[in-house]
Amino acid sequence: MDALKTLTASAAPLRAENVDTDQIIPARYLTAVTKAGMGDGLFAAWRYAADGTLNPDFVLNNPAYRSAAVLVAGRNFGSGSSREHAVWALTEYGFRAVIAPAFADIFYNNSLKNGLLPIPLAEEQIAMLWDLIEEEPDTQLAIDLAAQTVTLPDGQQAEFAIDPYCKHCLLNGLDDLGYLLSKDAQIARYEESRHF
Amino acid sequence: MTTPQTLFEKIWNNHVVSQDAGAPAVLYIDAHLVHEVTSPQAFAMLRERGLAVRRPERTFATMDHAIPTRAIDITLWPSDAATQVRTLRDNCRDFGVTLFDMDGPVQGIVHVVGPEMGITQPGMTIVCGDSHTSTHGAFGALAFGIGTSEVGHVLATQCLLQSKPKTFAITVDGELGVGVTAKDIILAIIAKNGADGGAGHVFEYRGSAIRNLSMANRMTICNMSIEGGARAGLIAPDDTTFAYLKGRPYAPQGAAWDAAVAHWRSLSSDQGAVFDRELTLDAAQLQPMVTYGTNPGQGVAVTGCIPTVDELADPAARRSLLSALEYMGLRQGQPVVGQPIDIVFIGSCTNSRIEDLRAAAQIVQGKRVAGDVWAIVVPGSKAIKAQAEAEGLDRIFSAAGFEWRGAGCSMCLAMNDDKAGAGKYVASTSNRNFQGRQGPGARSLLMSPIMAAAAAVNGRIVDVREML
Repeated sequence: MDALKTLTASAAPLRAENVDTDQIIPARYLTAVTKAGMGDGLFAAWRYAADGTLNPDFVLNNPAYRSAAVLVAGRNFGSGSSREHAVWALTEYGFRAVIAPAFADIFYNNSLKNGLLPIPLAEEQIAMLWDLIEEEPDTQLAIDLAAQTVTLPDGQQAEFAIDPYCKHCLLNGLDDLGYLLSKDAQIARYEESRHF
Repeated sequence: MTTPQTLFEKIWNNHVVSQDAGAPAVLYIDAHLVHEVTSPQAFAMLRERGLAVRRPERTFATMDHAIPTRAIDITLWPSDAATQVRTLRDNCRDFGVTLFDMDGPVQGIVHVVGPEMGITQPGMTIVCGDSHTSTHGAFGALAFGIGTSEVGHVLATQCLLQSKPKTFAITVDGELGVGVTAKDIILAIIAKNGADGGAGHVFEYRGSAIRNLSMANRMTICNMSIEGGARAGLIAPDDTTFAYLKGRPYAPQGAAWDAAVAHWRSLSSDQGAVFDRELTLDAAQLQPMVTYGTNPGQGVAVTGCIPTVDELADPAARRSLLSALEYMGLRQGQPVVGQPIDIVFIGSCTNSRIEDLRAAAQIVQGKRVAGDVWAIVVPGSKAIKAQAEAEGLDRIFSAAGFEWRGAGCSMCLAMNDDKAGAGKYVASTSNRNFQGRQGPGARSLLMSPIMAAAAAVNGRIVDVREML
């Protein structure tokens, strides 16, 4: 997993609640046996017209948001299916962080395992961010994971919460598997105690 | 005196292998279920890192998501889906994992097959790369969906790193009215508590109305815990649970069975155990439910109307309602009854068990699917299909104009060729009414099997109780 310490980038507004993982990547894109290519399916139903051309009304097709690496969305982002493909699609497309009032549990976990930083902020802060980045799409958000802050160009700052272990892993580019493998002796003792 | 514990806490504490300060718990996983869509990248990771499956005898695979439900030649499949099936076969062979393959008698939806085989047992931890793993909570197992990275972790170590969720008691007391089902209980809970109301929590369903349900109905409720935002939902095991499990292939036998039941009887929340949150419903007040929107919390009683924005105080809820109705082509304040439907889907890990098919067959018996409605029945497993055929249910459905299919996930997520067309209204017994879930542009109305059967023969939403 790639480490993420700081990120300064523009952000795209997705004014929608309950954006489920079927919206992030529809099931018909899940037939691959590798992770590659998922970015093509990102928000497919919204991003593409029925004939496969880009839908000019969808926010990510607006050239002003082409280089956005942060997505700002409504509550319960990533609900529904456990498909990690949703995270692979977001990261392959170029997102490194998603800001929302709240995330669905499985999506939140999947994000942290792929270097995609989920940032929970209050509804009012999201509403303010939406207005700001719609008005000024070039607005650079400065995210500092160590300090757990998002800072706007005018100095306004919001703090966000993250589990200390997940933060440590993301700052250092560590995945859980190394940690779990280091517990081999404890796992074996546990298995013995259960008489497996 | 020991502190009273919830059922969740008992199972959790039994499975914590280690817990470092400042880190999540290392949680042992008793049973790992695998399917063709979310596992290939995890097995690939094992190969890259030279790792084995730590406990192949605790890992069980089947194929369900992308496979066709008609008897068609593999070479005619979309090539990617065929590759996924072959990849799963190769992975199970190479890593020593039991596979309930399509050419054998056991294959079906992973959450139907696990319980059917007796793999799912009280007190276990069970995971699968599928959010509807919550289904297995009906047996008093802590069961939840995981991503593909975590599938790899469990394959390699039989463990997961997990932060402890909070507990949420949902009590449903009283007697359900005639024509009101388990599906209506869970849709009512989600409508009341919201599609994100259970985030960070594990539900425990309690109360006399839950206790009186069959295992199939308990599975329907736990299945949709994830639609209420909870990764897992539990029901304490009891004699109904034990009667279901006894004699199943992977259930304990003989003296081991008696010892297991004695242990399982201790698996309930202690008197006085404290939950982080609680919700209570009166079963007698519940009606058949129908969803009208694009998240599972957007549901109303069949006797009711779609809400208007004026009824909603929260701006986000208003925005959600307006965007849902635009997608669905429905109006604020519109009565649910009378809404025409184009397609009926009876199936999915929510409602494809033999009890579901029997109930739906009773409604359609001697009737015909209305007009141009396309109706399909997709049994949850080969065993259910065989049982239904032995009971003649297939003939009832076929005579009424339903298509009788093979086992799989089918139109619940439209990964195979069972897709609803753009703009079509689907009366569906599945679990998700998300935009495009059942096919690009498809409009899903979630309901119980008897409500879907009633919609099929009327060509529109009706209150099934008028047909009983």
